[in-house]
Amino acid sequence: MIWGVLQFPGSCDERDALNACQIAGGGSGESARLVWHEETDLSGLDAIVVPGGFSYGDYLRAGAIARFSPAMTAVAEFAAAGRPVLGICNGFQVLCESGLLPGALLTNEGTRFICRQGELVVGEADSPFLAALEPGRRISIPFKHQSGRFFAPPELLASIEANRQVAFRYAPGQNPNGSLNDIAGVTNEAGNVLGLMPHPEHAVEAFTGSTDGLALFRGVAESLAGSAA
Amino acid sequence: MISARVLIRPKEGILDAQGKAVESALPALGFEGIEHVRVGRIVELQAESPDRLEELCEKLLANPLIEDYEIETR
Repeated sequence: MIWGVLQFPGSCDERDALNACQIAGGGSGESARLVWHEETDLSGLDAIVVPGGFSYGDYLRAGAIARFSPAMTAVAEFAAAGRPVLGICNGFQVLCESGLLPGALLTNEGTRFICRQGELVVGEADSPFLAALEPGRRISIPFKHQSGRFFAPPELLASIEANRQVAFRYAPGQNPNGSLNDIAGVTNEAGNVLGLMPHPEHAVEAFTGSTDGLALFRGVAESLAGSAA
Repeated sequence: MISARVLIRPKEGILDAQGKAVESALPALGFEGIEHVRVGRIVELQAESPDRLEELCEKLLANPLIEDYEIETR
C-alpha cells in the first residue's frame, strides 16, 4: 500500500509520519510520499496522514485555514469514499475544523505546551487504524501539544459515546489538558477517519523508548490486505 | 465598501484558558477585585457588501461549536 502524508506550510511532523509509514510497510519499495497542500490528485494513494505542526501558522485557530487548502478538498472526497484518513495533533485539529471529525480542540486547561511520554487506552471505535489494537489495551506514545483539549457540546459528546466513536482515551490520571471524558482521539461515524492528539508517528523505533505507535499504521495495512483478499 | 468589525469570543460555559491565565496574573500586578476575564478577538475588514459576512463568520472567522460572534457594520 502507499500512504500520502500531507504537507502544509508550517507542518513539522510530516517526516516522522513518512518514516512511520515506511517502517510499517517493511521498508521495501515506495510506501509513502508527501502531498503538497496545493495538490489535488490523490490517485494511487491508499491512505492519508494529516500530520502535526502549525499549518499556515495556525493563525485564527489551529487548523482553521488549512481546512480550505486544495489538498484538504481532495482529502474530504477521499474520506467520503470510505478510505482511511489519519489526523495527528494539528492534523486532528484540521479534520475537526473541516467537519470530517466531530468536536473541537481548545487550548490546554493549563495553557502550557505539553511534551512528554504518556499512556492511552484503546477505545471501542471500529476503525481500520485500530485493526491491530484491541479495546482496553494501553499504548505509550508522546503527548506534544498546546491546543489539545477535546470539547464537544453535551448532545454531540453523548452521540460520540453512544456511537462508539472514541478511539483513544488518556489513561486514568493522565489527562494532560482537560479533554472531556479523557478523550484523546475520535473517529467519524463510519470509522475510516481517525484523529488523535498524541503522536503515534514519534513512537515507531526502539531508540525512542516505544514502538507502540506502529500499530495504527500496521492496522490499516492489515485491514486493506484483508478487504482485498 | 462597508467597514465591519467582527467580535469573536469563547462561548459561555467553556473554560477560557487564556482568560484564566490573564486573570491569575492580575493580583501580582496589584490589580485586585477583577474576575471573569475572557479573551476573544476582533477581526476588522472591508467588504463590498454585507451579504455574506455571516457565512464568512460561520465558515472561517469563528468555530460555532466553541465561539460566539457579533458583526458590527458601519
